[in-house]
Amino acid sequence: MEEIKGNEQLSGPPLRDRGKALKIQSINYRKKILQYIVGAKAGHTGGSLSCTDILNVLYNQVLNVSPETFTSPDRDRYIQSKGHCVEALFVVLASKGFFPEEDLNTLCKYNSHYIGHPTRKVKGVEQNTGALGHGLPIAVGTALAGKMDKKNYRVFTLLGDGELPEGSNWEAALSASHYKLDNLCAIVDKNSLQITAPTKDVMNSDPMDKKFEAFGWAVKEINGNDIDELVAAFDGLPFEHGKPSVIIAHTTKGKGISYMENQLKWHHGVPSKEEYALAQQELDEQLLNL
Amino acid sequence: MAEQINTDLPYKANLEVFSEVLQRLAVDDKQIVVVTSDSRGSGKLVPFGKQFPEQHVEVGIAEQNLVGVAAGLASCGKKVFAVSPACFLTARALEQIKNDVAYSDNPVKVIGISAGVSYGALGSTHHSLHDYAALRAINNIMVVAPADNFETEQAIELASRTNSPIYLRFGKKAMPSLKEVNGDVFAFGKGRIIAEGNDVAIIATGETVYPALEAARKLAVENIHATVISMHTIKPLDTELLKRVSQQCKAIVTIEEHSVYGGLGEACASFLLQHGYAKPFKIMGIPDEYTVTGSQQEIFDHYGLNKEGITDEVRKLLKR
Repeated sequence: MEEIKGNEQLSGPPLRDRGKALKIQSINYRKKILQYIVGAKAGHTGGSLSCTDILNVLYNQVLNVSPETFTSPDRDRYIQSKGHCVEALFVVLASKGFFPEEDLNTLCKYNSHYIGHPTRKVKGVEQNTGALGHGLPIAVGTALAGKMDKKNYRVFTLLGDGELPEGSNWEAALSASHYKLDNLCAIVDKNSLQITAPTKDVMNSDPMDKKFEAFGWAVKEINGNDIDELVAAFDGLPFEHGKPSVIIAHTTKGKGISYMENQLKWHHGVPSKEEYALAQQELDEQLLNL
Repeated sequence: MAEQINTDLPYKANLEVFSEVLQRLAVDDKQIVVVTSDSRGSGKLVPFGKQFPEQHVEVGIAEQNLVGVAAGLASCGKKVFAVSPACFLTARALEQIKNDVAYSDNPVKVIGISAGVSYGALGSTHHSLHDYAALRAINNIMVVAPADNFETEQAIELASRTNSPIYLRFGKKAMPSLKEVNGDVFAFGKGRIIAEGNDVAIIATGETVYPALEAARKLAVENIHATVISMHTIKPLDTELLKRVSQQCKAIVTIEEHSVYGGLGEACASFLLQHGYAKPFKIMGIPDEYTVTGSQQEIFDHYGLNKEGITDEVRKLLKR
């Protein structure tokens, strides 16, 4: 089994090899996400699994940030607006060496910094998030500071499709295009399910592309669980000079585990011992079949 | 009682002093950034925007985005002053103040302008009588209401050098400059003694300090001697000073341009009672009712937040 560890940046080799390595990495991340959710007896399982590939490509292929450069004013910034899917973020940050992976054994335990939403007490986390509709405004401010200081860093923020009805997102969307923030990229993890029901039934935000376009953004729609499509999309940033970019990433909630995919109950369901064993077995088979 | 009014200085609104100080600081400090929500006019910041367009960000009428954007800018080392009417800023954007500023420890200076009942007859939508209470309950943000031009100038200069979240609240009425006593130095968390006397302590904040001083002058004629404190910092509260005046005086009156719930008065009462300093005590402010309509002064007069109303309460407490 091939596993990428530590700070190895997946750059250099031809794309096909990089793509395979990233696919392996995604499966390994999913294994660990489930491991720590089961350990904590809590977590946002479905959404963490839907955004795993996005985080994988960002941290291993796109972001210019590392534990050593985390305090540099020139680093790329990643702000996770859908903070509840913190398990995916923590697992990826641990793999990049921001903190020892063993720390995640304290996830959601008494007095641990590793709580159910991102906090800056964990190295690698840029902003405390968890209340929805907050990531994009902060990302706009961060991107504005970059423009003011003529820095080359880029700002990325991951939104859930369920949080788009929060009006603050659209206040921020207006200001991002007003200030021509082409150093800003929002990614919508469009897994189409939220805690109550399918997103289109709770509050329909489609056609999402037209809405962002109308707000002055350059839009790309991709399969957000396809490594090659993700790599290609990020490689193409900014999509248009002088405009903020949004990637509408169509994903599957619970991606990778057959009995979790597109099932509402896995929004924050925790697998039983048997379910966990089955999930790990499925992921091991996926590794063998790559 | 010694004369405390420095009549040499022209009276200005604290808001005007705020914008003048910022404009002066921004000449040399290029990290200062002002963020407004279509509030540059009401914040007297039009000249700032003209002189420093590269240090001014306009977000339009969008207070949540105002605070979120300010937090992002502050996280990159900018000294950010996020300016908007206190009524909208501390209600609509309360979650952004709580999470993006205070909890995330982004050192934004949250500036609530035209605070309290400054907007007078525009009505309750434009009044901020909840901001002390709401922000006192949020960890990691100071709550400051300067009384006069001196405190405002000092507070802004100090805020620009302070790397932590601060809420500063200003009115738009011209405020007399209260003379410094014993060359006191302004510091957050340290109340300022405006007058000294042993009968009653009148603890006020923001634009209610001046009527408190007027009341003290009226009481002095009746041989009632008052200590007047500008408790410009409501959080963290100057508990040492509170202890001192409660030992020194026979009664305590607090005055604020805020609901009587959750503000300066209840903060003082909570400390004093829990530390065994109980004295005859009265909280003066806006009661829990639909606020009477009228100008700021008419509202103050209606609720007794003037020298007559304050002296009446002092006499009642002292049974004189």
